[in-house]
Amino acid sequence: MSNPDRRSFFRRSIPLVPATLIGASGAAVLADQAASAFLPATPGPAVDIRAENATTYSPTFFNADEYRFLQAAVARLIPADDRGPGALEAGVPEFIDRQMQTAYGSGALWYMQGPFMTDLPREMGYQLKLPPRDIYRLGIAAADRWCAGKLGKRFAELAAAEQDQALTALEKGAEGFDAMPSGTFFSMLLTNTREGFFSDPLHGGNKDMVGWKLIGFPGARADFMDWIERDEKYPLPPVSIHGVRAKV
Amino acid sequence: MARTLPKTDVVVIGFGWTGAILSKELTEAGMNVVALERGPARDTDPDGVYPQTMDELTFNARKKLFVDVSKETVTIRHDVNGVAAPNRQLAAFLPGTGVGGAGLHWSGVHFRVDPVELRLRSHYEERYGKRFIPDGMTIQDFGVSYDELEPHFDFAEKVFGTSGTAWTVKGQNVGKGRGGNVFAPDRSDHFPLAAQKNSVSASLFSQAAESVGYHPYNMPSANTSGPYTNPYGAQMGPCNFCGFCSGYACYMYSKASPNVNILPALRLDPRFELRTQCQATRIELAADGKTATGVTYVDASGQEVFQPADIVALCMFQFNNVRMLLLSGIGKPYDPVQNTGVVGKNFAYQNMATLKVFFGKDQHYTNTFMGAGGNGIALDDFNADNFDHGPHGFVGGSPFWVNQAGTKPISASVTPPGTPGWGSRWKAATADYYAHHVSMDAHGAHQSYRANYLSLDPTYRDAHGQPLLRMTFDWQPNDIRMNLFMQEKLGAVAKAMGGQTVGFYGKKEGSRFDTTSYQTTHLNGGAVMGTDPATSAVNRYQQSWDVHNVFSLGASSFPQGLGYNPTGLVAALAYWTSRAIREQYLKRPGALVRV
Repeated sequence: MSNPDRRSFFRRSIPLVPATLIGASGAAVLADQAASAFLPATPGPAVDIRAENATTYSPTFFNADEYRFLQAAVARLIPADDRGPGALEAGVPEFIDRQMQTAYGSGALWYMQGPFMTDLPREMGYQLKLPPRDIYRLGIAAADRWCAGKLGKRFAELAAAEQDQALTALEKGAEGFDAMPSGTFFSMLLTNTREGFFSDPLHGGNKDMVGWKLIGFPGARADFMDWIERDEKYPLPPVSIHGVRAKV
Repeated sequence: MARTLPKTDVVVIGFGWTGAILSKELTEAGMNVVALERGPARDTDPDGVYPQTMDELTFNARKKLFVDVSKETVTIRHDVNGVAAPNRQLAAFLPGTGVGGAGLHWSGVHFRVDPVELRLRSHYEERYGKRFIPDGMTIQDFGVSYDELEPHFDFAEKVFGTSGTAWTVKGQNVGKGRGGNVFAPDRSDHFPLAAQKNSVSASLFSQAAESVGYHPYNMPSANTSGPYTNPYGAQMGPCNFCGFCSGYACYMYSKASPNVNILPALRLDPRFELRTQCQATRIELAADGKTATGVTYVDASGQEVFQPADIVALCMFQFNNVRMLLLSGIGKPYDPVQNTGVVGKNFAYQNMATLKVFFGKDQHYTNTFMGAGGNGIALDDFNADNFDHGPHGFVGGSPFWVNQAGTKPISASVTPPGTPGWGSRWKAATADYYAHHVSMDAHGAHQSYRANYLSLDPTYRDAHGQPLLRMTFDWQPNDIRMNLFMQEKLGAVAKAMGGQTVGFYGKKEGSRFDTTSYQTTHLNGGAVMGTDPATSAVNRYQQSWDVHNVFSLGASSFPQGLGYNPTGLVAALAYWTSRAIREQYLKRPGALVRV
C-alpha cells in the first residue's frame, strides 16, 4: 500500500467475530476487577496466597495444598512486576487445573505403551509412564517434601528468594527429589505456565489478555493485509476468540 | 474374518496431497477409486473456521491436526547397536492424519527442485570425482529429470494457486530485478499468481542479503496473493497474513490443501469414494507374490474389511508408506550390515540451522505475529551445487530464507542468548523482542547413509497390534560440517541486518539427533525411486519393482533429502506417476520399466 490511510485501516480492522459472542465481554470485566485486588505491583515478597482463596475459581483436580503450591510457583515463574501482571494474575493455576481434566491431562495424547526405558539420553524424549496428572500430583508432593527437607518449609510458605532458589534447583535436577527427575516436573510446570499465560482466555488463563498485552500480540484479529509491510507498532489491542477486547 | 467388498479399480491408502492428486487423475481416466483415510473427515469448516481456529493451545500446543501418537508412533534409536524407544510425544516432526493429511496443516512453501538434486550422485561424481562422496553415504539419482517433470511442476502450481516470481519463462528472462531467482531452472509458464507482499522481516533480510553480495528472491508460496480459481474449478481467497498457517487449516481458503484445491472437484465424481477412519493394515498379495489383490483395513467400527482392487497406491506420509511395504512383505527389507535389500534404505531428513536477529525497540517493528507460511524471501547462493564444494569437504546445499509464518504467543518467547528461561528477566526479554526480531533458516539438504534406515520394531506395537516402524538415525560428520558452513554464511546476512545481537541455533560438533526439538516434518526415503532394483524399491514411475500393481508415492521415494521443502516435488511426481498409469499402465498392466 502506498500512502496508507490509517483511518480506513482502523475501520476495516474490526475483528470478524460472531455478534452473539460480544456479550461475553461483561463477564471478563467482572473477573478482572476481582483479580486486580491482589496484584502485587513489584517483585519481592512471596505472593500472599491467602488472598487467592477469595477468587471465584474452585479447582476440580488439585486439592487445597496442591493449588497453593501451584499459585505460589507460577507467581515466581512469571512474576508480577513493573512490566505488568504475572502468571498468577493471569489465572494460570486455573488454566492448569482445567488442563488436568482434558485428554492432555490424562496422557491420552501420548504413546503410553510399555516397556518404559527411563535411563535414555535426553534426546530420546519423554519415556516415563506418568501422565501429566500424575506428574503434578507426585511432583508437587515431592517438591514440598524437598523444600521442607532443604529449606525448612513447604514451597508456598517460603520467601520469594527461597522459592526462586528451590525452583532453580528443581530445574537443574535436584538430589533427593524422590518422585521422578525434578527437571521433568519443572519442565512441565514451566511449559504449562507459559501456555496458561499466553493461550486464548477461553482456556481459563491469560485473563484480560495480560500475556498478549505484555508482548503486543493482537489475538484473533487475523487480518494484517494492510500492516504486513509496515515497520511500525501495531496499534490495536488484543481481542479474544470470544470477541472480548482487552482493556488498555 | 474380513468382510470382502466388491472390487474397485484403484484403492488409494491415505488422503493427503498424493492421494488426492492420484484419485483425481485416475477418476478422470474413467477409473473407480476408493480412498482409505485412517483419520477423521476434515475440512475448512469445521476444522479451520474463524475465530475458533485462532487457538494456539488446541492446534499447535495440543496438536489437534497431527497424528494421534497414542495409537501409532515410531520408535527411534541413534545407531544399529541401540534399543529404540517410542517417540511418545510429537516434537521433532509432525505428521498429519485425517482428510488432507499433512497437506492441511503445512505452511505452503511450494518449491520445485534444483535439477542437480535429482541426479545428485552422478553430478558429484562428475564434478568432484567419486572419492569426494564419503564412505557410507548412499546418495542416488532419482531416475527422472527436471525436464521430464517440468510440465507436472507447472500444472501442480496451477492446481495449488502458487504465488511467486519466475526467473525465465521459455528461456526469456522475466524476473531480473523483479524478485526472480537467478539460480532457478527454466519454466514453461509464469506462476499462476504474482508474489505476495513482503513482511518487514523479509524485506530486511533481502536488503541485508544484497549488501553481502547474495541473490535474494521471492519464495514460491502456495498462499494466495489474490483471489484464484484453479484448473479444477476450486476457488481460493486472498491471504491476509493472519499468521495461522502451519499447524492450522486456513479459514481464508488461501493456503493450498487437498481439501480446498482438489477434494471439491473429486466430490462431484461418482467414481470416487472417500472412506474415513479406515486404517489399512496390509496389502494382500496373490499366491505368486507378484501382484496385489487389494487392501485389508479396519473400519471405524473396528471391523476388518478386504477391499479388492486392480491397483493399490500407497499415498501415506513418508514413513507410513515404508511401514506398509514392510508389513505387507513387498520388496526386500534393507539390511545395513550386509548392505542388501531396498525397503527402509536411504532414510533421510533435513539439516536445519536457525539464526535470530534481535533488534532494539527503536530499530524495527517486525510484528512477528503476522505473516504467511509460504511467503518470504530466500536465496540460493549456497543451495544445491550453486557454489564450489571442492574446498569445503561436504555434500549438499541449503537455501536460506525468512518466511515469517506467524510466531504465536505460546511459542513467543524468543529471547537473546543468555536470557534465563523464567522470572522477571525472561518476562522483560520476551516483551522486548517479540515484535522486534527476525528469524531466518538455513533449510538444508540432508544426505542418506548406510547408518540411517527404517525397519520394523521388534517390541513396540500400534493400537491394532502391528509392529511400529523403527528409525535408526543420527547426524553424520558430513551433516555437521555442512551445518557449520551454512551458519557462517547465513551469519553474514544476520550480521548485516544491524541488530543488537544474533542467536545461532544450529548443530555443533558432536550434535546427536534430538527427538524433542522441532526441526521439520520433511522426512524422506525408505522406499526410494531409482533405475536399479538392487538399490531402489520403486522404479522411476514410483511403481514397485516387485509387485507391478503397487505404486508408492511421496517423499518416501526421495533417495536423499532436498534443500527445499519437499511438497512441490512430491506433487510433481504424483502427476508424473498418474500420467504413466493413464498413458502406459492401463493399456498394458505390468512393469513400466524392464531391467
